[in-house]
Formats: sequence, structure tokens, C-alpha cells
Amino acid sequence: MATGHTDHHHEETFISKYVFSQDHKMISKQFLITGMIMAVIGMIMSSLFRLQLGWQGESFWILNFFLGDKWAPDGILDPNMYLALVTIHGTIMVFFLLTGGLSGTFANLLIPFQIGARDMASGFMNMLSYWFFLASSVIMIASLFIETGPASGGWTVYPPLSALPQAMPGSGLGMTLWLVSMSLFIVSSLLGGLNYVVTVINLRTKGMTMTRLPLSIWALFVTAILGVLSFPVLFAAALLLIFDRSFGTAFYLSDIHIAGEVMERAGGIPILYEHLFWFLGHPEVYIVLLPALGITSEVIATNSRKPIFGYRAMIGSILAIAFLSFIVWGHHMFLTGMNPFLGAVFTFTTLLIAIPSAVKAFNYITTLWKGNIRFTPAMLFSIAMVSTFISGGVTGIILADSALDINLHDTYFVVAHFHIVMGLSAVMAMFAGVYHWFPKMYSKSMNRKLGYAHFWMTFICAYGVFFPQHFLGLAGVPRRYYTNSEFPIFDDLISINEMVSIFAIVGAISQFIFIFNFLYSIFKGPRSSQNPWGSNTLEWTTPVDPIHGNWPGPLPTVHRWAYDYSKPGKPEDFVPQTVPLEEGELDGGGH
Amino acid sequence: MTIFLIILSLALAVLAAAQLMRVFEASAKLKGGTSELPSDAENKYQAKMMLVFLAAYFSFFAWLVAKYGDKLLPESASEHGVHLDNLLDFNFAIITVVFAITHVFLFYFAFKYVFNKDRKAYYFTHSNRLELLWTTVPAIFLAVIVIWGLSEWIDITMDETPNDAVVIELYPKQFDWTARYAGSDSTLGASNYMMISGTNPLGVITDQSLESRILELETEKAEFQSELDAAPEGGVKEVEMIEKIEKWDRILAKVRSFTDLDAANRMLGNDDILVKSEFVIPRGKEVAFKFRSRDVIHSAYMPHFRAQMNCVPGMVTEFHFKPTITTAEMREKTQNENFDYILLCNKICGAAHYNMQMNIKVVEEEEFNKWMQGQKTFAESITPAEENGTANAGEKDYVISMIEY
Repeated sequence: MATGHTDHHHEETFISKYVFSQDHKMISKQFLITGMIMAVIGMIMSSLFRLQLGWQGESFWILNFFLGDKWAPDGILDPNMYLALVTIHGTIMVFFLLTGGLSGTFANLLIPFQIGARDMASGFMNMLSYWFFLASSVIMIASLFIETGPASGGWTVYPPLSALPQAMPGSGLGMTLWLVSMSLFIVSSLLGGLNYVVTVINLRTKGMTMTRLPLSIWALFVTAILGVLSFPVLFAAALLLIFDRSFGTAFYLSDIHIAGEVMERAGGIPILYEHLFWFLGHPEVYIVLLPALGITSEVIATNSRKPIFGYRAMIGSILAIAFLSFIVWGHHMFLTGMNPFLGAVFTFTTLLIAIPSAVKAFNYITTLWKGNIRFTPAMLFSIAMVSTFISGGVTGIILADSALDINLHDTYFVVAHFHIVMGLSAVMAMFAGVYHWFPKMYSKSMNRKLGYAHFWMTFICAYGVFFPQHFLGLAGVPRRYYTNSEFPIFDDLISINEMVSIFAIVGAISQFIFIFNFLYSIFKGPRSSQNPWGSNTLEWTTPVDPIHGNWPGPLPTVHRWAYDYSKPGKPEDFVPQTVPLEEGELDGGGH
Repeated sequence: MTIFLIILSLALAVLAAAQLMRVFEASAKLKGGTSELPSDAENKYQAKMMLVFLAAYFSFFAWLVAKYGDKLLPESASEHGVHLDNLLDFNFAIITVVFAITHVFLFYFAFKYVFNKDRKAYYFTHSNRLELLWTTVPAIFLAVIVIWGLSEWIDITMDETPNDAVVIELYPKQFDWTARYAGSDSTLGASNYMMISGTNPLGVITDQSLESRILELETEKAEFQSELDAAPEGGVKEVEMIEKIEKWDRILAKVRSFTDLDAANRMLGNDDILVKSEFVIPRGKEVAFKFRSRDVIHSAYMPHFRAQMNCVPGMVTEFHFKPTITTAEMREKTQNENFDYILLCNKICGAAHYNMQMNIKVVEEEEFNKWMQGQKTFAESITPAEENGTANAGEKDYVISMIEY
């Protein structure tokens, strides 16, 4: 990147600066804002279906306001629309917010900054990655407005339900748009992922060995590898589904008699789709979670003024989780009639993941021990992330057990589990990341008081929403039910649903504190200093006002790991990575 | 107009909030509190909140257990379910302890080690001994969980079904279930989805059903032929009818090929018994379920028996269990005289997924045998003509409701 400095004198137009930008910092902001808009849409959807679930069959004018007379006649949600909302909420949150939004924002922002590169390996591919993401988002949102409604077979879109327009209205044009949107999303994700991998491998600055990389970069690097290896499989699954839907093939279809007619498709098997889907679907969980763990590692170390405990064990556990994530997908399919022996193998591999995960949790807690903790909003969100990671992780031990899964599969217990361990953990970390790196994005600081208010509302409501759902699951309430008043055995649990809905709606409204703070701070926030949190990593050595190529002079040289906080014998409680080692001083805590 | 007013007032509220923020920030600047880092007071306050949250979180947990703990599923009504419940309790004991300990440490450390500018954090980079400890301890507990869990799984899924088991096929479609008992020969008759008709909702293949299905297909084909003859040449209708006739020919060829099945095989379905809305099973006898599906994936979930299996079109899945508590006994135990065991659908299958149910009745074996004798066999049910008519009407209703959606 020695040629990077030539960019400095380049004349910027509005289009090349804000629209078709190839600068990683701008692309990061584009991903963040798009992700936030998608998140708000996904969140409003969840509030709408929570209204139905909390007060089943009652009329709400707001449902009618958002969905109109077709999907909410007299303010009562239509069952098909309920399924559509659940489906698109899941799709948006998993893919658009927590994959595109999270990785897109922080991989773009942090990789060049923290490894000491002027930009991504390919700025053009990076730009394409964003534009495919935007196109895919626009198509997904457009599918909400068509006559038969958006895809509504659940975010996993299992055929035959998703393959046959006769099976439900959402499997018509809505499903086609879903598949087109996801295909573009996969392209975006691959363009981004390849770029991240290549950049980390090739563009590290002098002295930045792999074992000096901040854990955020390790996490984003491994995440990108996971995505590059698993998203093509989803693409294959989607392609075969497109063939089955539109060209009369029978990869997933056989022996079907629907809407009073025999379908002449034979020889396919829907379980094949499930295998292909979950071969992406499970690594996808870690594509969401690993960047969250990476961000948390940085924020906790910085604000505890203490090295992250067990740096090498943390890298080891990231690698172990990544490897194992490819051989556990069958735990989503224990009850599909697959060979019980195979189920046993998947139980074993799944429970193995608990070990590296436990190591990570214990290491975070040890990092806090004897630290010197500053409670910035980012730090609070990171502590919350460790809490949700544990609270949701432990119930995974139960669900991983094929025998116990028999009775808990597809119940609210699963909903509670994955929302806490994957959804909340990643969202908490994403908030932490935004509060922490906001100065590097906009050269301003966010308001701390509003940050505190936002944190407590979010954290309390998050547990208020998902913790009680374990009890629904243990009572046998299936997920994706429009109402459970059709079964008298669930009557005692109505008050749980009401409580959950109240927390969900209050939690959703309190996100507007964040949005207000975010927008206000961009325009009117106080200007930040160069290194507000006293961090060691390289991004804080760049000027407050961002420039192309990141560093005005030559690239910085790295002399030590990223975690020399409160090192004995140093005047300050941090030592940036650019400070040379003194004679006899050991790097990385004497590794 | 209302919408416009709502948007206008929201916009004004945001503007007002922005102005208030500026005032607050200006006053904070006057007090000198504009540092980017939290003040001592803020740190101390948040540190205390960590403990408050910890207490609140645990109390919430305890309150939920106290309030809803007895509203969960009653004791298992199947033999293997009791083992599963023990395993679940053991798992819960372990994870609750882990959850509690880690949370106490997490929030207590956060509280205790709050920032103090006169203190330096302890430079503690790693400890092989500690890390070994918390790799091996979880590994040991997980080994116990894996070994116990898998031995239950193997017991449930891999043991042989006894010969005297009651064999039942559950056949779902959007949005109901049909149960088929194997009858006196304990063997389900062959079936195929192309055989499905108004009187034969599961497509069972017997001499009688074959004959009536072939007749039905030929009648339909003849109707298409006459429509084709009446259709104007070169029109859309003509193409549509030609395609239909071709399709019907293919189905007919397939259905006729079933007559090649050997005669004994075609007898098996005659004594099968089809029931809707409720099925009965005997206590203390193994019940072997087989599952197919007519349209999309469904999942047969019987929570009181700790039993579940997906129903997948194009393949047969299986599950078996032994009921141990009759419905009457469970009504007494739960002190609920309306209690019924239920079968629900637990895989998203369409608009009425939430209301796809069937009652399950567990009775003593004698009563079960008596009940079985009172049911019509498939051979008996397929003959009367008026039933044929009503079933067809039902089918049509269903088609209309699909179009409505």
C-alpha cells in the first residue's frame, strides 16, 4: 500500500465520497446505517406480532395502521401475515443486521485501522459488497408490499412449504423475491469476506504478526473464512429451490398431494434442503457471534485497563469454535428421521463447542478481576454481552442433547435460547462497538447519559422478553403459533405472553433513545479527542478527522501486542502498539 | 390528516429533545463535566447498579419459578419420558449452578474493581493452570451429560419394537391429522399418494380402493375429453385440457401398475382403521408410530409423552413409546376434569398451523380392544356412496379456502 498517499490529493465529489465510495471508513458507515434501518424495520415487525401474541385476537389500530385492511382487518392480525412477520423479522435480524450489518460495519472499520493498512485489499470489491447488500435489502423490503405478501415459511424456508405457492400465499412471488434477495446477499457476503481474509493476510503493517493482532481482528478474520466456506452452500440450496419452484425439478419434492391435486414430482427429499441450509445455518450462528466476541474482547480489555486474560487461549477457542461449527449442523435436525447414530455424533460434536465457549466466558470474567473498570456505555454493553452469552449458552447444553431435544425441539425454549445467546449477545456487542468506535467514525462522541439510559432499558427489557420464554417452552408451547388459545393446556400461561409483549414493546421504544443519540451526536456531538479511551490499538493513532490512507505519514510500525494495559513500570496505564519495547521488556506478557 | 399530525408532532418532539440536549450540554460544560470518560460519580453509580441488576435478575428468575414452575408439563405419561425428565432435571441442576456462579463473579467483579485513578490494574496476562482448570472441569461435566444423554437417546431410538406393539400411522395434511391403525393383522396396508381420493384420504391400496380410484380417474378423464371436444381449436382451454388428459393418463398408468402388487399385499389394508380428531391407545403397551405427510413437512408433537417426530412427504419416519398413565388417571393427578392428551403440529406448515390438533386418549387395554372392535375398517368405510359425496364436498371447501388466502 505504498501508493496509498497518492489518494490524498484526489478531488472528491459528493458521489464518490458518499455514494460510490471505496474508502473502508465510508463503506463501514454505509453498512451501519443500512443495518440500522433494517433493524428498525425488523424490530417494528416483532412489536406488531408481539401485540397479537400478548393479547391474542384483540384489535389494535396500530396493526391496521401498518398493515392495512388486507392484513389486519379491523386491527386484528391475519394468520398469514403473522407468519410473514415472523419470517421476515428472522431473516432481517439474522442476515441483514447481524451478518451484513455487524460484520460489514466492523470488519470494514477495524480491519484496515487495526492492522495498519491504508485500506482494504480491493476497495472496488468492497464497494460492490455494499451495493449488493443494499440491493438485497431493498428487494427484501420490496417483498413486503406485494399482493400475496412476503415469504412466510419461517426464516429457514423449508420446502415443500416454500416451494409450492399452493401451500401458502407467501410462497408465491414473495418467496421468489426472498430467494433473489438472499442470492444477492450471499454475493455481497462473499465479496466482503474474501476481501477481509486477503486484507488480514497480506496488508498487516510492519511488526504486526498474527500473534499481535487484536482479538477483534482475529474474530473478524475467522468469521470471514466461515462465511466464504459456508455461504456458497446456501447459494446451492437456494439455486435448487429456485429450480424446484420455477423449472419443474424435484430436488426437494416427492409424493405430494396438495390443494386437491396430485403433483407429479418424485424422487426428491426435503431433508436434503435442511442439510444444505444448516450447513450454512450453523456456521452462520458463529458468523454472528464471533465478531461480537471480538468487539467485546477489545472493549473489556480497554475499559478494565487490563490485558485480556489468556490471549492465546482466546485465539485457540475462536479457531476451535470455528472448526466445530462446521460439524454440528445436524443438531437442528434430530427429529427429521435421520439415522439415530448420526444424531448421536452430532450431539457429541455440539457439546464439544461448550468447552471453548466456557473458556471464553471464564477469560472475560478473569479480565475483570482486579481490573480498573471504567463504565462507559460500551463497557456496560460488553458486560451485558458476557451475561447473555452465558445465560443463553447454558441452555444450549440442554438443546444439544438429542434425547432432550425430542420434547423441546421447535418450542419457545429454542426461541429463548437462540435469541439470548445469538441475538442479544450480538446486538449488545454491536451497541458496544458503536459507542466505542463512534469517535473513529464521526470524529464526535456520543452522549454518555443517554447511553446509560439506553443501556439499562435495553438490557432489562431484553431479559424481560426472552427469559420467561423458557417457561413457555418447558410447558410445550410450540413456536410460530399465531395463537395458543386453541389449546386449553396453555391457558395458564397467557400472563407470560402479556409480560413478554410489554417488555418487547418498551424495549423497542427505548431504541429510539439510541437512534436520537446517534443522529444528534453525528451533527451536534462534541468533538472527540484522538484517543479518548486510552487504547493501545492502531486506529487511535490516526488523526481525529479521517483521511484517505488513514495515516498522513508512513504507516505505523508495531512493536508489541495490543494489550499492554497497566503494565508494571510504565508511567501510563496503557502502552500503544507503536511504542518500541524497552531493553529486556517482554512482549505479550512474556509468552 | 391524522397521520400527518402524528408525524408533525413526532418531528417537533425530536426537535425539542435536540434543543434540550444542547441546553444540558451547555450547562455540563459550565460545570466542567465534559470529559469523554465517565466521572468518578458515574463509575461508582454504574458499579452499584451492577449489583442491583444481579439481585434483580436472580429475583426475576426465582419469581418466574415460583409463579409458573407448577404450570409446566405434568409428569411424563410415557415410560421413556420419566428417564428424560430425570436427565433434564440433572442438566438443569448443573446449568443453574454454572449460571449462578458465573453471574455472581461477573457482576461482583464489575462492582468491586470500579475505576480508581490512584490504583493500577493487575497486569495478569495468562495462567496455564487456571485455563487448564476451566477447560477440564467443563469437559468432565460434559462427558457425564453426553454419556447419559446418548444412552437415553439410544434406548429411545435404536431398540427393537416388540412384535405385539400397536401400530399406528399418523398422516397429516394442511391442517389436520388422520390416524390409521394396522388392525387385526398388525400390518399397515400399502399406500400411495396417487391413490388419494375423497373416500381414501391416505391413499391405501386394496383391491376395492384400486378399482374405485381407476374408475374415478377414468370418469374425470372422460370429462376432460368432452371439455376438450367442446373447446375452440387453438385456444388456451384446448392446451389446458390436453395437458390434463396427459397427466391423467400418467397417473392412471401408475395406479394401474399397483395391481401388480401381489394379492396378499393388497389384502393388508382391508382391516386398517382410519380415525380423525381423536385416537385411542392402550396403557402399558408399546405404541409404534409411523409418519408420512401428504403435502408439506409437519411435526407430530405429543408433549405429555415426551414424543416428537417430523412428518416428511416422500419418506416414512418412526417413533414408539409406551404410555403409562391413562387419561382418567391424569385428570385426577392434574385435578382438571377436562384434561386431554394432545397431538400438535410443531413444524410451520401454513396459515392454520396453530390449530392442527388431535386428541389422544389413553385407556386400559380391555377398553382399547373394545373400542377397536367398534370401529369401521377401511374395507367397510370405502363402500357407501353418500359418504363419498360428503368427503368430496369437504375437499372442495378446502380448495376454496386456499384460493381465498
